[in-house]
Amino acid sequence: MTQTAQATNEHPMAEWLRMDRMPHIWCSTCGIGIVVTCFTEALKKSGIDPNTVAIVSGIGCTGRIAGYIRLDSFHTTHGRAIPFATGLKLGNPRLKVVVMSGDGDLVAIGGNHLIHAARRNMDITVICVNNFTYAMTGGQVGPTTPTTAYASTTPYGNYENPFNLPRLAASSGAVYVARWTALHLRRLTKSIGEALHKKGFSFIEVVTPCSTLYARKNRLGSGLDLMRFYHDSSEIEHHAELEKINIEFQKKIVVGKFVDEERPTFIDGYNARMKEVFGDKFKEYGEENGQN
Amino acid sequence: MVPTDPQGVLTGAHFLDGDYACAEGAMAAGCRFFGGYPITPSTEVAERITQRFPMMNGIFIQMEDEMASMNAVLGAAWAGKKSMTCTSGPGFSLMMENLGLGVMLETPCVVVNVQRGGPSTGLPTLPGQADMMQARWGSHGDYEIIALSPNSPQESFDLMVDCFNLSERYRVPVLFMMDECVGHMTERVVIPSAENILVEERRYTADPPDKHLPYKADENLVPPMTPTGKGYRFHVTGLTHDERGYPVINADAQNKIVRRLVEKIRKNAADIIMLEEEQVAGADVVVLSYGISSRVVIPAVEKARSQGVKVGTMRLITVWPFPEERIREIAANVNSLVMVELNLGQVFLEMDRCARGQCKTFLVPHCGGWVHDPEDIYNVLMEAAK
Ligand SMILES: Cc1ncc(C[n+]2csc(CCOP(=O)(O)OP(=O)(O)O)c2C)c(N)n1
Repeated sequence: MTQTAQATNEHPMAEWLRMDRMPHIWCSTCGIGIVVTCFTEALKKSGIDPNTVAIVSGIGCTGRIAGYIRLDSFHTTHGRAIPFATGLKLGNPRLKVVVMSGDGDLVAIGGNHLIHAARRNMDITVICVNNFTYAMTGGQVGPTTPTTAYASTTPYGNYENPFNLPRLAASSGAVYVARWTALHLRRLTKSIGEALHKKGFSFIEVVTPCSTLYARKNRLGSGLDLMRFYHDSSEIEHHAELEKINIEFQKKIVVGKFVDEERPTFIDGYNARMKEVFGDKFKEYGEENGQN
Repeated sequence: MVPTDPQGVLTGAHFLDGDYACAEGAMAAGCRFFGGYPITPSTEVAERITQRFPMMNGIFIQMEDEMASMNAVLGAAWAGKKSMTCTSGPGFSLMMENLGLGVMLETPCVVVNVQRGGPSTGLPTLPGQADMMQARWGSHGDYEIIALSPNSPQESFDLMVDCFNLSERYRVPVLFMMDECVGHMTERVVIPSAENILVEERRYTADPPDKHLPYKADENLVPPMTPTGKGYRFHVTGLTHDERGYPVINADAQNKIVRRLVEKIRKNAADIIMLEEEQVAGADVVVLSYGISSRVVIPAVEKARSQGVKVGTMRLITVWPFPEERIREIAANVNSLVMVELNLGQVFLEMDRCARGQCKTFLVPHCGGWVHDPEDIYNVLMEAAK
């Protein structure tokens, strides 16, 4: 990863980005960069050794995060970031494994992996960038597109019901669940910090503007207009009743930290069970099993 | 190569079926991660491993499907583990996209397919050898793969060690193409002591992070691995990429990466290909087979020889890459080449192609569900000898 000293001087985040890959592919006013900034801020503050952090992404605009962030990073296949991350974490429990991907990636094609990783309380952090659409492929309807919203494959408006992501994650077993928008920089950063320190499956939904596709198809204005909408329409309600926080088209967005609890992780459960069965003969599986 | 970790080695003489022997071979080879999804007739591989892993610091996870299994295996490999999964036809189909990711990221790992009859759900409990072309071409795009096929429980053990070693040496997923017969056949299996099981250790880069290029290949066309969690801050992607591992979306980059992925196997084919030949010199007919079919061939060959036909045999232990040069050489010196396999002509097509019209070629077909009747093979041998 060669990086010029000059670049380091030029950009305040150069240490965290692959400057030799700039410019990035994201449109201006896209919210994904904001999530990257909040993530790196949170990581800086967390005290976690960045060399032990691995980023896993699937495919999509958000999936490109893995290519720009200067950490060990894996750009996998569409929908499969979570199982790849599961293998990484179990293969080397010393790693702090973070999945960053889009809503289509994590909840449509990868939805089964999301609920199972939450059920297992796999010790990883998942940050889901929800732009209400499949951006990379040109603005198709997705599992989070609000009912009635337009997309390239719902030219007459969406007639399906979207997932309520915090509710899905929480009911599947996530021990940390939050939702913010790209406007909530401080709170999102704090939330990512908490998730990084949380043992178990943590899930953060970030509602982000896609002005090129979602906003344009729905005549919602510029990126700035979307941020203004988040400002006017989001309401912080920690521990809100999750069945009441569905996102409806251009209606109130309830944000906050909804779940923060403790539960044994997959590896905890495994170790506890094997100890019961084998007693002292069993050597706990843990950080010392990271092999390289 | 170095002697393996004794923790995974169950030294001694055992009475095991091919699935269990496969599991023992994996553990003896140093496999310490298994991610899989149950499917007949491969499940016993997973069951054996989950039973024995706790005592050797291995970690087993039953994933939610085969797409997840394949990815977990890749993730664990990048975390430093020797890792594997096992499946059968339907699951093998689901693994294909991410097998391609394994090829593209150059990830060492092993995928076992205990073949049953297909298409679709087909014959869950009965044998087939009809996934052979899927093994070769199943994921989209151009690539080369390694596939081995055992014909006994003993070989199921031995070849699993080879599978892991080849996957480490060439940084490619290796496919272990068993069939239900070998998987469920119980025979004597002798497991050597750990000092006598040599394993290929993962070869990591010697370069410091600031000098390191994750996909800069050595003279063997294989790049050393980059360790995760060691400050390399590296990137890998399933997109077409350069030596830095960065995506490059153009024909030039595509040409470089695809050619190297293919060439690293083709150029090293002599090291990868394992064959068993018998009485090929001077033969008029050479019969090719692999897996269970290679055992069904024996009575037919003996009967034809008793009739005065000069029959040689070749068993493909490595099916992919295909022993192209050797087949061409043999084809120049025989009347006929005969392929016996449990499908309607898959590896046969390769044999026929490599013969290049130098001799006649015959297929003894079978749709699977059972093995060939040796009499059918005998009849074709006699026809081939004419
Ligand atoms: C198996 C497979 N199916 C389809 C695609 C095409 N594809 C690429 S990205 C994408 C959707 C991305 O949407 P999302 O995950 O919401 O991410 P975004 O681009 O909005 O950030 C699709 C369908 C693919 N790459 N692989």
